[in-house]
Amino acid sequence: MKIVIINYGAGNIQSIKFAIKRLGFDAVLSSDAEEIKNADKVIFPGVGEASSAMKMLLNSGLDSIIPTLKQPVLGICLGMQLMCNSSEEGNTTGLGIFDVDVIKFDTSVKVPQIGWNQISKLKSNLFGSIAENEHIYLVHSFYAPLCSETIAECSYGLNYSAALQKGNFYGTQFHPEKSSDVGEKILENFLKM
Amino acid sequence: MLAKRIIPCLDIKDGRTVKGVNFVDLRDAGDPVELAEIYSKEGADELVFLDISATEQKRKTLADLVYRVAEKVNIPFTVGGGISSVEDVDILLQNGADKVSINSSAVKNPQLINDLVAKFGSQCIVVAIDAKQIDGEWIVHLVGGKVPTERKLFEWAKEVEERGAGEILFTSMDNDGTKDGFANEALARLSTELNIPIIASGGAGNMQHFSDTFIEGKADAALAASVFHFKEIGIQELKLELQGNGIPVRV
Repeated sequence: MKIVIINYGAGNIQSIKFAIKRLGFDAVLSSDAEEIKNADKVIFPGVGEASSAMKMLLNSGLDSIIPTLKQPVLGICLGMQLMCNSSEEGNTTGLGIFDVDVIKFDTSVKVPQIGWNQISKLKSNLFGSIAENEHIYLVHSFYAPLCSETIAECSYGLNYSAALQKGNFYGTQFHPEKSSDVGEKILENFLKM
Repeated sequence: MLAKRIIPCLDIKDGRTVKGVNFVDLRDAGDPVELAEIYSKEGADELVFLDISATEQKRKTLADLVYRVAEKVNIPFTVGGGISSVEDVDILLQNGADKVSINSSAVKNPQLINDLVAKFGSQCIVVAIDAKQIDGEWIVHLVGGKVPTERKLFEWAKEVEERGAGEILFTSMDNDGTKDGFANEALARLSTELNIPIIASGGAGNMQHFSDTFIEGKADAALAASVFHFKEIGIQELKLELQGNGIPVRV
């Protein structure tokens, strides 16, 4: 199985690569459109600020490739946010895969949210054998509100999308690669799709 | 619900854990990676590695350690100690660190916070503040609390937040090493005046102290070293105790 982590300059790629290795698979980093298209599984990471990450994605030309992919694609954290219509962070236009606009937490809660929160109302094969209310690790200031593509909810001042799915496209706001055994199981579920 | 975090802190010198770790089940008591794996299995929510070495190879040794930890450990970890440039941070993040913590370099050059946030994002920049009370006023100190600065804790903390830091790690030098509990009054004031997460550090001696710092001190996370290293408190039993006190934790 060929697993490609999209390398466009944004993201803690090393941790994802190591997590996949711990599961007994190998992943390659790539910014090559053909290599990405031919992969069995594609992971779209992202850490940092939305508009500068989007700029790097546009410069790589991969913004037009990602939405056309047919194999399972998993966006993580900012990667998931960039797969949405837009983000309030830096007034960024996203890839428009998920039909939702990413907005900022209001000041009734501490921002960024950092730490372990629980996922509930799990709806997808991504969460096979994962119990309700397990803890996962998140660090973010912006969030995707609940929508028809929400497959897991998280509560922080309000309920929002901890994960999204549309067809072969998956996105998690949390970091499966940093979410202990629960996160590794979710990552394994994705890799075994 | 967002859980309160328990964070063991490991002091590192030349890529090895510094004395003061008493784990009979370790094959190599000085190996930070093995210790990190044990803490992770016991339910630690995060780890902090504080590098206190001062050699010329420091940078490379620390980057190697970060790489080896990231390879094995599936929970987030922060690296601190002598980090003073964008380049330092870049190397550590590329090797797999989730967050970095800066202290003296931020006091000396506050613009560094803005520069790091602009390049890497708030989420991975922790500013550590060491302070102690002088004539009833909390004063920021450098060099592990030895050198007082002109800065007052609450003003500096506010500035750190405004410059974009994602989190503050506050160590009370008055409490550190006393095992009499955390500086909950100052912590509660930080937590109320600021809108970023606050990590409490300094003074942990028993399980009640953790409960107190989450309730009275309004801390988002609590960091400790010796009580964990000497197995005076087990992380799993601590979490069950906190849960029994109605504090949200990951068990």
